[in-house]
Amino acid sequence: MRTAGIDIGSITTKAAIVEDGRILGTMVCFSGYNASLAGTTVYRNLLDDLGFDASSIDRIISTGYGRNNVDFADKSMTEIICHGAGAHFLNPDIRTVIDIGGQDSKALVVDADGRVRDFVMNDKCAAGTGRFLEVMARALEVDLDDFGSLSLRSATPAKISSICTVFAESEVISLISKGEDRENIIAGIHDSVASRVFAMAQRVGIPVPVMMTGGVAKNIGVVKALEKKIGATLEVNEFAQVNGAIGAAVLAAKMG
Amino acid sequence: MAQIDEEKKKRKFKSAGKMRDIMFEYYVEAKSAGDNGKKVAWITSGGPVEPLIVMDVIPVYPENYGAMIGASHMGGDLCEKAEAMGYSSDLCSYARADIACAPVNGGPIGGLPRPDMLVCCNNICGTVLKWYEVQARYFNVPLFIFDTPFCHTGFSDEARTYVRRQLNEYIAFLEGACGRKFDFDRSIEVGRLSLQGQRLWQEVLDAAAHKPSPITAFDAFFFLALIVTLRGTQTVVDFYAELLHEMKEKVAAGISAVPRERYRLLWDNLPVWYRLKWLSDKFASHDACLVADTYTTAWCGSMKYIDENDFLSSMAEAYTRIYLNIGVDEMAKTVFEMIDKYDVDGLVMHSNRSCKPYSLGQYDIQRMVQERKGIPCMMIESHMVDERSFSESQISTRIDAFMEIIKQHKGHV
Repeated sequence: MRTAGIDIGSITTKAAIVEDGRILGTMVCFSGYNASLAGTTVYRNLLDDLGFDASSIDRIISTGYGRNNVDFADKSMTEIICHGAGAHFLNPDIRTVIDIGGQDSKALVVDADGRVRDFVMNDKCAAGTGRFLEVMARALEVDLDDFGSLSLRSATPAKISSICTVFAESEVISLISKGEDRENIIAGIHDSVASRVFAMAQRVGIPVPVMMTGGVAKNIGVVKALEKKIGATLEVNEFAQVNGAIGAAVLAAKMG
Repeated sequence: MAQIDEEKKKRKFKSAGKMRDIMFEYYVEAKSAGDNGKKVAWITSGGPVEPLIVMDVIPVYPENYGAMIGASHMGGDLCEKAEAMGYSSDLCSYARADIACAPVNGGPIGGLPRPDMLVCCNNICGTVLKWYEVQARYFNVPLFIFDTPFCHTGFSDEARTYVRRQLNEYIAFLEGACGRKFDFDRSIEVGRLSLQGQRLWQEVLDAAAHKPSPITAFDAFFFLALIVTLRGTQTVVDFYAELLHEMKEKVAAGISAVPRERYRLLWDNLPVWYRLKWLSDKFASHDACLVADTYTTAWCGSMKYIDENDFLSSMAEAYTRIYLNIGVDEMAKTVFEMIDKYDVDGLVMHSNRSCKPYSLGQYDIQRMVQERKGIPCMMIESHMVDERSFSESQISTRIDAFMEIIKQHKGHV
């Protein structure tokens, strides 16, 4: 059976196609203003890329904030369940998934069958998410992709005490004006993200092994900072950003 | 279409119209109290109201009014006004809305009737102390504070004596404010009616144990108004007897509150007053019925401490040991009992930034429920009246995910 998952997030839209337990392909594009269009585009492009006809896909599940905007999907499910299913598909031993996306961060506990037992999500505030890092990258005039490697060079991470994105940006600007090293500031930003996410994730207990998913998993600085807090290694694989879409495709195959 | 309308009609409560009429009459009477030579006392929702009824004083509840403000979507504006007056946005949204209403006669029904006295019982929270002091200064009226010590587990003899003694002071305060003696004979009758009302209210809520449930917590939030505002009167007894009858009819006819009840949930904390319909529809779309809640049972939960033959004295314990004035372990015990009694599949907790005593300890209770009862739990973060704090998209995703977990849990996915 060949199935697809479409994950429309606040910043990026992801698609994945899975067949009989194998990932055939994945794709990422920006969500932009029109979530529905982003979903259609990323799906079309992935089909073209793989040389598949839409009729060869048996079932589609949509997920993410734009999950209800995908009119060609057979069903929509939340990203919580999909990230659990995706992580379990990639490594059935995983018991906790920490997902940091564009506008939300969440932690979920998965059982041996890949079912989500408990979850916790940020609510009122976007600090500790991908958007937070984007704002900081802009303030520091650094490409977000370089954030991870730059922060690893820091010997003494700066302290970012504010828990608000906007105020933290002011804090970063004042650190820049004081002549603080860019590496230290970035490392401080990562610590601040890790602290917030760790505090939240502790509510579900964080049983190991832990997988980190979502776009922010690509940032080695955040991964290292989180590992230090949790006291365990985080599994991060090449599918981290598209894990939700993979999970959606996996669940589509299981749909009765 | 006609069939759908017919179905909807069947699920509606005939008693709802009657209750609206009773509440309307009650507010009309309270607002014209001065013209009729009656006095008005503002009282906290968990306060001992029976002595006021004995003295023929009309009790008025700023918290009930707060709920009306919330349901009328007037909370955000009023909270903003309170913040402009200098009150913190972290303060309870009932307090903010009420304080902001007073100077402008704001809110629905053009503001509450002016109080002749205030009665503040701190069994529900500490905020009420300062809130009532503010209003006592504003209206320049006497304030009686009924202090109920926090009961972590049991109820000591010292606490009993302490609270009982205050009852005498309360009666003396009322005699002074009303200029006449307290009628102890009448207090027996009022106590009897209060207890009878509470029993009936509990029976109404108990009807939800039936599968499918004829009532949702959202209905209970609505019908609650009478046991809060008019307990101790015949009106409450008559009304709940009628409602109970209607409930039994529904059960007999197999009419459920949620069309295809498949999942049964328990709600914890105050309602999100401005989102009742949205939440009700949201859960119903998942075939889930919020069958019970810890909030509406608070007005009958300490009945067991009342001695029918000595209402006034036993009231001291009953008013002190209410749900919000007990330790987390005791609260959890109540939650466990409700999970079993109503046979629920999940627990929905409203982490209410407005109500600290209710929300503190929720994560502990959640953990205990997961360990002891093994059912999924979820948390909605919001304010009961201040609609500016409700993030629809985030809450919607959480509810969807929670329902997916329950469905997985029950092997339905």
